[in-house]
Amino acid sequence: MSTKIEKEEITIKFAGDSGDGMQLTGSLFTGNTALTGSDLATFPDFPAEIRAPIGTLAGVSGFQLHFGSRKIYTPGDECDVLVAMNAAALKANLTNIKKTGTIILSTDGFDKKNLRLAKYADGENPLEDESLANFEVFKIDITKLTREALKESPLGTKEKDRCKNMFVLGFLYWRYDRTMQGTIDFLTQKFAKKQDILEANIKCIKTGYHYGDTTETFTTQYKVKPAPLEKGTYRSIKGNEALVIGLITAARKSKLSLFYGSYPITPASDILHGLAKHKNYGVKTFQAEDEIAAVCSAIGASYGGDLGITGTSGPGLALKGEAIGLAMMLELPLVVVNVQRGGPSTGLPTKTEQSDLLQAMYGRNGECPLPVISASSPSDCFEVAMEACRIAVQHMIPVILLSDGYIANGAEPWRFPNAGDIPSIKVNFKKPIGEDKTFLPYLRDEKLVREWALPGTKGLAHRLGGLEKEANTGNVSYDPANHEYMIKTREAKVDKIADFIPEQKITMGVKKGDLLILGWGSTYGVLESVTKELVAEGLQVGHTHLRYIRPFPKNLGKILKNYKKIMIPEINNGQLSKVIRDQFLIDVIQFNKIQGVPIMKAELKYAIKEVLENM
Amino acid sequence: MTKNNLKAKDFTTDQDVRWCPGCGDYSILAQVQKVFAELEMNPDEVAIISGIGCSSRFPYYMNTYGMHSIHGRAPAVASGLKIANPDLSVWIITGDGDGLSIGGNHLLHILRRNLDVNILLFNNQIYGLTKGQYSPTSEVDKRTKSTPMGSLDHPINPLAVAISADATFVARSMDRDPKHMKTMLKRSNLHKGSSFLEIYQNCNIFNDGAFFTFTDKATKKSSAIFLEDGQPLVFGENNEKGIRLDGWKPQVIDLEIDNYSKDDLWIHDEGDLYKAQMLARFFDDPRQEGFLPRPFGVLYSSERVCYEDQLLAQLNEAIEQKGEGNLDQLIAGSVTWEI
Ligand SMILES: Cc1ncc(C[n+]2csc(CCOP(=O)(O)OP(=O)(O)O)c2C)c(N)n1
Ligand code: SF4
Ligand SMILES: [Mg+2]
Repeated sequence: MSTKIEKEEITIKFAGDSGDGMQLTGSLFTGNTALTGSDLATFPDFPAEIRAPIGTLAGVSGFQLHFGSRKIYTPGDECDVLVAMNAAALKANLTNIKKTGTIILSTDGFDKKNLRLAKYADGENPLEDESLANFEVFKIDITKLTREALKESPLGTKEKDRCKNMFVLGFLYWRYDRTMQGTIDFLTQKFAKKQDILEANIKCIKTGYHYGDTTETFTTQYKVKPAPLEKGTYRSIKGNEALVIGLITAARKSKLSLFYGSYPITPASDILHGLAKHKNYGVKTFQAEDEIAAVCSAIGASYGGDLGITGTSGPGLALKGEAIGLAMMLELPLVVVNVQRGGPSTGLPTKTEQSDLLQAMYGRNGECPLPVISASSPSDCFEVAMEACRIAVQHMIPVILLSDGYIANGAEPWRFPNAGDIPSIKVNFKKPIGEDKTFLPYLRDEKLVREWALPGTKGLAHRLGGLEKEANTGNVSYDPANHEYMIKTREAKVDKIADFIPEQKITMGVKKGDLLILGWGSTYGVLESVTKELVAEGLQVGHTHLRYIRPFPKNLGKILKNYKKIMIPEINNGQLSKVIRDQFLIDVIQFNKIQGVPIMKAELKYAIKEVLENM
Repeated sequence: MTKNNLKAKDFTTDQDVRWCPGCGDYSILAQVQKVFAELEMNPDEVAIISGIGCSSRFPYYMNTYGMHSIHGRAPAVASGLKIANPDLSVWIITGDGDGLSIGGNHLLHILRRNLDVNILLFNNQIYGLTKGQYSPTSEVDKRTKSTPMGSLDHPINPLAVAISADATFVARSMDRDPKHMKTMLKRSNLHKGSSFLEIYQNCNIFNDGAFFTFTDKATKKSSAIFLEDGQPLVFGENNEKGIRLDGWKPQVIDLEIDNYSKDDLWIHDEGDLYKAQMLARFFDDPRQEGFLPRPFGVLYSSERVCYEDQLLAQLNEAIEQKGEGNLDQLIAGSVTWEI
């Protein structure tokens, strides 16, 4: 009989070769965890190459899951448990395990060749020396056990070995006292047409589970209670999924057809894939020949009365710059989604970075201010997607939506809304007019917004273009005073959006005090939880997190004045810091981490304490 | 008198036309306005999308919907527009620089996708708007401000490119033959799918006379050949010359001297892709001795399903298969739990 130990929170990292199926294992374990009612956050960490050489450090693919019976804000700094399928996976993650953590090793991944590929010195073997002495280590010959379990199966050895991850999954289900049925149902659906593979997978899960149950080495099972989440119906959601759902919802709520023009690029491609699956929602997807064509097609679609959207990552945003400027001049709705990744140039395609705030704010020729909004967590992408669409269509302007690789692929439980409770987005197309009337395409309302006049409407024939336009008529104008007037007007139109967005709120901590932690985008979780801990320690710290970066909420300036100092942690070299200094003429303390990974709680907490101590 | 009573002048706008006096663009504008009137086009259902260049100022002068977009990208804008509203008559105006240099990529892709749009490429073999640099269609050794010792690049053959991109309608006309241009504009309009019409256009400021060999009375008949479906390929002052195929090789023959009759000549067939490819290759530099005559008219015309029709058909198919999307189902996904 095993003993059961209750834990408040656990962080597990699954690491193996790209071909070991660690992403699937991680996702399935996450889905299973979510159903137990724990709160959770995940961090998949992909290698840059699709098929890096087997067994190498470059080929290690990881999936980190943090779950607990309390609110979980981040995927966890260090893990309690590391599953390492080979030597490279161990080596790459060794610094990431808690001092007394557990390591589950697949011993067959530690043969001579694997050790060499993982760059262990000749004769060095962590399974045999003392280097892992401080950890609790379970060495399991997973390959042998898997093959043994499948000896009756008609599959070839290669295919059998592919079931190793299911053995791992089964073993962890035992270790965390879970049921397997949900996963078995999932597999049954997935491999409906491949009976042999289905049976092998199920067999391996069960074998892994019973291995834990019957092997005497394993005496302890761990249990995590449900978290005190708000009552309601939940699902698990990743950032890119939430964007897809949010964009479709916005299109429905505004009664517009969604047009998505895009060119594949990591980590934004899943938005294109996701939308393409939902054609029965009237979604039109257009895989263009490049990013320029992608954004231009979306502009054309908006001109024609669709909700024109384009999505990309940093390098693609650079290519779209000129066309975004055009859309800004045309004063047509457009949503530009940028799922940021490490830059510059091709940079770190599979790694996260808050790389493009300045590009979003300033990366166009001429005076071209645009609304910029950002998503702070996977589920937040849903609301932000709808907000981007709302602002675009109601203010006739391109909106840049910033997400990043971390929230794009990370998952969390989401208490999703009823469709019926989501407010509609009102859109007015200019109505046909009689021949006796003239239509002024650049006449503005009190929001400084012009009317959306669709080709095909009687009496509204008009010409748009990127040349400077005369106020009201929209005719080409080279008049000096008119140019200045139009620049100021277009800027005022963006600023005016501040009247139509919510005020900024302090999400955690004191409303007035020593230090304000100001953030934007995917750092929400870590800033919130660090602030929570510091406040619990009695420190005078508050956290506020920006969704709207251009324009800022109207009360932001006031909030900034309520603290002695302001710290801006970012996964870049200080981009929001520059914007805040510029706009408010105040100094800020930067905390920058630019390593392609999220900020860790411990490092941020340490830095904040240092600031507080020196005040 | 047309049924909607519109005349060519009803397609003009109140904007001053800013092309240089004598520019070939004027003639094209006039023919398009006439043709639109003759075809009884409804100005409210036409959208003209252009890039950047002298030629791309065109939409400002047409009393229809229009967009002067950015350099080279008109095909992409037009694609989105046509997908959003397939009922519009969409025209793309581009230049040799706009369509074949900076926008060459988009041109290839719109042609292969075969959206139902009409593309008019004003070829003046020069960058007009930027004041006279050589363009991708300029002949080798062209002396311009950017090529004081003569240009090095071999010119692009626009119609060969279009045919290679599997365009379904490929034609050529010239600014100085209004009648022919009108016929070609009407044929373009009639074609379902992307129609590609190259129009030789004189830039009298920076490249005057680039096409005079083909357009001037004195040389036109002997250097240009006007294609008619089902008719033999004849040209010359009195139609005394013709083209015959010697195996796979086109051969100019003199019907008055050589021992051939009209029956021996190549009969033009707009639907013949292989012959169209050969015709597009009638692209000799007219400075060259014994050059093949340059073909004008419809080189190729065929039918292929249009991208936007298929795109919309897929939406309907998806609805038939899965039912009209339900927002609550979308938001909830496949696995949910209660807390
Ligand atoms: C991105 C960009 N690059 C360069 C230019 C400058 N430019 C404007 S038109 C043009 C060439 C136009 O040539 P063509 O398309 O042949 O038109 P034409 O003026 O001869 O009718 C160039 C290089 C521009 N407007 N935008
Ligand atoms: S520069 Fe040439 S192409 Fe441009 S308007 Fe003048 S004549 Fe026409
Ligand atoms: Mg030109």
